[in-house]
Amino acid sequence: MPDPVRHPSHLLGYASKAWRNLGPLVAAAFLALVVTLAILAPWLPIADPLDADPSKRIAAIGTHDLWLGGDNQGRDILARLIWGARISLAIAVAPTLVATLVSLFLGIAAGYHGRWLDHIIMRTLDVFFAFPLVLLAIAIAGILQPGVLTEIVAITVVLVPYVTRVARTSAGQVASQTYIEAARASGASVGALLLRYVLPNAAPPVLVYATTLCGLMIVVGSGLSFLGLGVQPPAADWGAMVADGGVVLRKAAHATLLPGLMIVLAALAFSTLGEALREALDPRSNRRRSS
Amino acid sequence: MTALASAEELPLLDVKNLRVSFHTAEGRLRAVDGVSFSVRAGRVLCIVGESGSGKSVTAQAILRLVDAAGAQVAGQALYRGRDLLQLSETEMEGLRGDRISLVFQNPMTGLNPAFPVGEQVAEGLRLHQGLGRRAARARAIELLAQVGIPHPESRCDDYPHQFSGGMRQRILIAGAIACEPDVLIADEPTTALDVSVQAQILKLLKSLQQELENALVLITHDLGVVAAIADDVMVMYAGRVVEQAPTEILFDKPLHPYTLGLLSAYNDGGQGFEPIPGQPPVPIDLPPGCAFRDRCSRATDACAAEAPALRAVATAHVVACHLVVGAAQ
Repeated sequence: MPDPVRHPSHLLGYASKAWRNLGPLVAAAFLALVVTLAILAPWLPIADPLDADPSKRIAAIGTHDLWLGGDNQGRDILARLIWGARISLAIAVAPTLVATLVSLFLGIAAGYHGRWLDHIIMRTLDVFFAFPLVLLAIAIAGILQPGVLTEIVAITVVLVPYVTRVARTSAGQVASQTYIEAARASGASVGALLLRYVLPNAAPPVLVYATTLCGLMIVVGSGLSFLGLGVQPPAADWGAMVADGGVVLRKAAHATLLPGLMIVLAALAFSTLGEALREALDPRSNRRRSS
Repeated sequence: MTALASAEELPLLDVKNLRVSFHTAEGRLRAVDGVSFSVRAGRVLCIVGESGSGKSVTAQAILRLVDAAGAQVAGQALYRGRDLLQLSETEMEGLRGDRISLVFQNPMTGLNPAFPVGEQVAEGLRLHQGLGRRAARARAIELLAQVGIPHPESRCDDYPHQFSGGMRQRILIAGAIACEPDVLIADEPTTALDVSVQAQILKLLKSLQQELENALVLITHDLGVVAAIADDVMVMYAGRVVEQAPTEILFDKPLHPYTLGLLSAYNDGGQGFEPIPGQPPVPIDLPPGCAFRDRCSRATDACAAEAPALRAVATAHVVACHLVVGAAQ
């Protein structure tokens, strides 16, 4: 019999269990830090993110009083990361939040009612699937005035079909459960049925899916910025910073890698929180029992 | 005495010529075709039949829960003289779970996994009796104790997945009787459970029915259940009633060949019994004549010509069979 502590699979088990408990905490702490810095940006003792100093062009990390170096125009990368967080986080969270609410509404209507309503909603959304996600966002952003709000609207619209599909499948499965019929048999009205039975049981997979999309949306948003449809230079979000840094990638990789790292970390944090959220919402998980 | 007498006379639930049909690609499926029965307070009626004989659809139609596309429900279902099939949806919502309750067949999925069981038992009380959260909870704990859940004070905060199938069925029953309904319809409440648990649930249903002095309609395919609990039995086949009688009479003097077949399968306990050959027909565009004739060893030409009507052969004993009418006369 293998030693329960020494055996590698057990060690892995401990590690994964530890991460299960610690991961969400680390993720939440990281996001809280980023959000705090982003909110406090105007009052922080940091350089003006738009202040270009040619002498500090592509300064390495730690040189010229720049903790994280300078970009290809000699702007303070740290300051730009903090100011960029404002836009990147807004683009990650706002469209996902709005799209999730809209999608839950549409998906539950389609999945629970079924029949013609299902067909109308889902076939209409199928039209959106004919376009690649980013292309559609570009088209929508192109019609409107370029800017952060446009970016958010465009991303919200392209997200709705994806999230609605998940919501509709989830609601459809819930709708066929005996407890829905039992609730009807005990005199529940349609409103109570949807709010107390369908929504709480159909929402968890949708929420988890939506949180994994938060990270992706930072990337899509940066794509829009890169094309000049989102954030307008010289202001920048993390995605635009990655694009800017690309010009000097071989001489100053940190100008690209640092904002890239922030995107990866934020995306990871969002999905870790999503997983924790799923567990918290699932009455079967131990987390809820012990807390 | 007079109140009791009038309660004895008036059936709580009086179903008249209930017909339910569904639209299918092959044609109209007549799931329930002219079913009539009535139940009085203090009585237990068992509806017996094979899968697909229309038992569950009958129950759903009474509570107006049939909502498949193209479904048609006709006839009358009188609850204390009011036709349930004519009530508005709001009136119906007020009756469901309050005056008429339904217990479902599958306890494993019958409870909402997102809420503690106590809250679900209390739901009907809050909805129909307007009890506050606290009062409803206290009553829910009483109900859970009544259906035999140990430690109800702490267990009522547990979630459905923390209970076994038998316990979940007890919880569902607690929710169904919460408002002390006049009519409790139980649709195969023991099918998904162990044999030992089945007996407990039946005992529970019977004792609750005696406490509440209400009418219990029990849908089952198990004649052992019928023998244990029923006052009256109604045998269904392919959407129609083939025989209806008080339990002792049906077990003593079964008349319809289908009832005889069911009873022989039950009495012999699976040892050398004669199974009824064949399968029940799917009731779409059935040819005229008795639906059972293809599986009946005594079928005659008359059976193919015309469907037998239900006829009384004795007090409270009706049967739909050409052969039996001949024998009784």
